[in-house]
Amino acid sequence: MSNLPGSLIRTPDLDRWIAIENDGSITVSTGKVELGQGILTAIQLIAAEELDVDPDQVHVRSAETGITPNEMVTAGSMSVETSGAAVRQACAWARRLMLSEVSDDPAQLEVSNGVVTGPGLNAPTSYTEIQAGTPFKFQIVDPTQEKDPSKYKVLGRDNHARIDLEDKIRGVGVFVHDLEFPNMLHARIVRPPSYHHRLETVDLTQIEAPDLGFVDGSFIAVMSTDEYRATRLAESVGNMAIWTQTREIPADKPLPDYLVAHEASAFPILDNVPQDVPPRSLTTAINAVYSRPYLMHGSLGPSAAAAQLADGILTVWSPSQGIELIRHTLAQLLAMDAKTIRVIYVQGAGCYGHNGADDATVDAALCARAAPGRPVLLKWSRADEHQWEPYGPAMRVGMGANLSGSGNVDLWTHDVWSFSHVGRPAPGRSGMDVVAAWHIDDGFQPNEPTPRLGSESGIHRNALPIYEFPDQQIVKRFVTDSPLRTSALRSLGAQCNVFAIESFMDELALAVDTDPLTFRMRHLRDTRAIAVLERVVELAGGVSDSRGLGLAQYKNRQCYAAVVAEVVVDTTTAEVRVSHLWIAADAGRVVDRDGLINQLEGGAIQALSWCLKEAVAFNRDGVTSRDWETYPILRFNEIPIVETDIIDHPELESLGAGEATQGPTSGALANAIHSATGVRVRHLPFTPERLREAAAD
Amino acid sequence: MTELQLNGESIAVEAIETTPLAYVLRNECGIKSVKLGCEAEQCGACTVLADDRPVPSCTLALSDASERRLTTLEGLARGDVLSAVQNALLTSNASQCGYCLSGIAVAAYALFQTNAHPTHNNIVNALDGHLCRCGAHPRVIRALEQLAK
Ligand code: FES
Ligand code: FES
Repeated sequence: MSNLPGSLIRTPDLDRWIAIENDGSITVSTGKVELGQGILTAIQLIAAEELDVDPDQVHVRSAETGITPNEMVTAGSMSVETSGAAVRQACAWARRLMLSEVSDDPAQLEVSNGVVTGPGLNAPTSYTEIQAGTPFKFQIVDPTQEKDPSKYKVLGRDNHARIDLEDKIRGVGVFVHDLEFPNMLHARIVRPPSYHHRLETVDLTQIEAPDLGFVDGSFIAVMSTDEYRATRLAESVGNMAIWTQTREIPADKPLPDYLVAHEASAFPILDNVPQDVPPRSLTTAINAVYSRPYLMHGSLGPSAAAAQLADGILTVWSPSQGIELIRHTLAQLLAMDAKTIRVIYVQGAGCYGHNGADDATVDAALCARAAPGRPVLLKWSRADEHQWEPYGPAMRVGMGANLSGSGNVDLWTHDVWSFSHVGRPAPGRSGMDVVAAWHIDDGFQPNEPTPRLGSESGIHRNALPIYEFPDQQIVKRFVTDSPLRTSALRSLGAQCNVFAIESFMDELALAVDTDPLTFRMRHLRDTRAIAVLERVVELAGGVSDSRGLGLAQYKNRQCYAAVVAEVVVDTTTAEVRVSHLWIAADAGRVVDRDGLINQLEGGAIQALSWCLKEAVAFNRDGVTSRDWETYPILRFNEIPIVETDIIDHPELESLGAGEATQGPTSGALANAIHSATGVRVRHLPFTPERLREAAAD
Repeated sequence: MTELQLNGESIAVEAIETTPLAYVLRNECGIKSVKLGCEAEQCGACTVLADDRPVPSCTLALSDASERRLTTLEGLARGDVLSAVQNALLTSNASQCGYCLSGIAVAAYALFQTNAHPTHNNIVNALDGHLCRCGAHPRVIRALEQLAK
């Protein structure tokens, strides 16, 4: 098999990737979707570079089933690596085919702004003259030569404008929430008080035509042409609904204890891959336990989707990260042929992983089925989103080490307990991980969570240290019976694993009276890791008092990031304020420099918010984090000054960077708090209460 | 029928008086820049100017809005020419998903109307009611500081 990018092996038809339009513009397709991460801009730049055209000439078309290439899920910081590689190769082929039309020696030709010149040509020609309006009718089976990176003019260079931003700053309604269709119904769902409540009775007689309402098992929906009226109906119907609680949510034990008590299986990790063998029993002299609670994605706009069932075809407008997954999930749930379902991606608010987007899509489809022919726009409320989204799972990490006489690590142990980080809809399984499926009659139960045994999957992502130790044991401990629904949250297990590793490195450094930077350097062999560490220290001008360090390579194979955090801790209130963050990163070949910085910084700010403020609160009867007051996040007057530097490697492959800073930032923050106060915080979030508890220890 | 003074024009809308302004603007007036995020004055996504002051439109009843001069993001540009604040945010790519962007732009516009050279503190205080889950804050602040120079 050739070493083509996977997306091209699945979709080898060049016309599915690129078209030269009659007006001279170039349409490039991707199966990946814009989540606010700037992927469409990155794809545009890659295509423009490979074809030697102006970026403005390239239009990017994104994710629609049956039209754009199927590129699975937009997740895991993989889009530049996978879709970017496919688009680059497709463009290289398109260029070669077009130039071969006009010359026997296409390598001799030059292209600039789409205009072709060179020996053997009577006059300059252009892509437009050669190919406009004509499909390529070509199947890619082998790779062709790509442009020499030393000739790059676009990638990694300028401050490129994000192609999706101008509409947004002008107020054009580009979000799924903004869709409008003639004769459209607005829908709202009335959810049970918790996962374990079932509907006894509800009175829908107050709903009069032309408004609509329906009940299916414990699934209640109301619809109206007037959106505000739909919200009022949902509230009054909700007030009338009578539910019974079938079970309580286990909420008595502290989460770190609960995690240990419910361990179901343990897998030592070898070369990033969990092994089905018993862990060695080891004792270590220095030990520490770290944890994080459940964390919310907390999209700023509650999840929404639109759907219409007409002439046997279900059309869905969805902000899902995986339009094919959701298509097959709908087919299974609604017992429809997947061929009769069309999913069109429309942006939602930033999702940071698997939020309520898939659930809302299914809700919209159920409403559309109940109102045949009519387009339905369904929105979740803020409380729906806070209470029903699948959270980033709670985690507990137990670290241990023995140190040698020379102050180096001899033995390193890392045990990580967590619930499943993967709760995306997985069509074809016996259960179904979407809320509505649990509530309707003849629906589905959630799937039984199973441990992922692949490289760098959920719980053990970045459990492998970036440092070199003579002996180490890393154990993934899979926990079942999660009190709350969980799924993929940006960086999955990496955030808490790196937080624990980087905190523990500082604790060990302290134990041997060595400064944290020197201690790290003593255990590092990876030259790119050393380079980002040196760069961040240089950028920050040192890691002195009130500052802390953090370092990781995301998934141990993607972007390297090192962070220095500086804090001010108020000694009376015990409040932590982050005053400054410095970030250095190596993401291989830089595509969109500003977009890369935007992702690195955004991830760092989000991680500060997780670390300083966030914990999903719940009791036996349900989730009590229902709005931004009961689940506060970082605010504008708490934002540090952030400085970022990138080490560009045009000669190397691009590395996914969207999740690279969560872990290093978390570690740097904890280390800075220790440096400022002498207090070691090991349990997120670092609230004043937590700081006082840790100080009293 | 309720009369609204919206972006310099007077328009009549048909909606019951208790309807929050955000719904009226989005669904009756085609103003899609106004976003709903919390409907409880907690996130700032729905911010509009009422008599030049930023207010959340998610809880402001139509009947209370009719007396006031309303400006939304759509009303900040002069035709195709963006306001200085919009332009600063755009050229700095000061956003990620952009769901918070319109509310932030409107609040920042109000700040610059009253103070052409706001300090860092003026800026973050003016935006403190605005949540951004993507963490675009540093570049929003940098873009506005640049403009304030
Ligand atoms: S929607 Fe009005 S403040 Fe959040
Ligand atoms: S840019 Fe996404 S919420 Fe602010």
